[in-house]
Amino acid sequence: MTEPDKLRCEEVIAHLLSYLDGEIDDAKRAQMDHHLEECRGCFSRAEFEKALRDRVRQAGDAKPSPSLQERIKGLMDQF
Amino acid sequence: MGDDSSDRTFFEAEIQRLLGRLYGVALRLTRNQADAEDLVSETTVKAWSKLDQLEDRQSFPKWVFRILTNTFISSRRGAHLERTTSLEEDGEQPFSLFEKLHQPFLLWWSNPEQELLNKLLHDDIERALDSLPESFRTIVVLVDVEGYAYGEVAECLGVPIGTVRSRLSRARSMLQRALWEQAKSAGLAVGSSAKEVIHD
Repeated sequence: MTEPDKLRCEEVIAHLLSYLDGEIDDAKRAQMDHHLEECRGCFSRAEFEKALRDRVRQAGDAKPSPSLQERIKGLMDQF
Repeated sequence: MGDDSSDRTFFEAEIQRLLGRLYGVALRLTRNQADAEDLVSETTVKAWSKLDQLEDRQSFPKWVFRILTNTFISSRRGAHLERTTSLEEDGEQPFSLFEKLHQPFLLWWSNPEQELLNKLLHDDIERALDSLPESFRTIVVLVDVEGYAYGEVAECLGVPIGTVRSRLSRARSMLQRALWEQAKSAGLAVGSSAKEVIHD
């Protein structure tokens, strides 16, 4: 198996968010994987962006208000 | 689907299970409790009326969130969601929290960027999201909160995938800048040499 072409850190940073979103092609992903295995700075940045993404994702969790629960129950009773 | 009774039992259980998440996503999209409750209620009614179109019950969560998203987007057509051209043209200098915080020459156990993440509250993230212009907030919510692929966002919003990429990149930059500003105003200490970083 041949080693993937190496990327520079600037290129990795430019593609990092698309990479974390799973929105790059397989060849580029292999290059990114390879770089992140070897570069501590880019690896740290990738870990930070992932952790921040997890925190943002949690912003979609909320406790439904009692008024909403009542309202949904009322709707269900009509179905 | 099955008979009316089993459909209703299934539907009610799923809506109850997902209600917190539906409401949370609706809150992030609308930024308003009353509007979020209206959006979840309208989504529930629409989902029930279309339940016979759902072929695979396993995909109910994705399906119902898509209804919620589309209902929100439809309600905003002609409003701010489409007024993005000038905002996009205005430009937003790329901003990275990591670049602001990371100090490569610190000892390995000192990690200012992780310290900041640990100190950010749920409310801080919500406030930063809520501060984004609607078209940018929507795209972050769709991708980062709901987990949509870029192609799905393009379809929902009726924009080219390249627009999704550029708007998302800008939106994340705005979000990180907002978090940075909040961290500064809250005086959050981030690491041993935070002083020169936090007051720049």
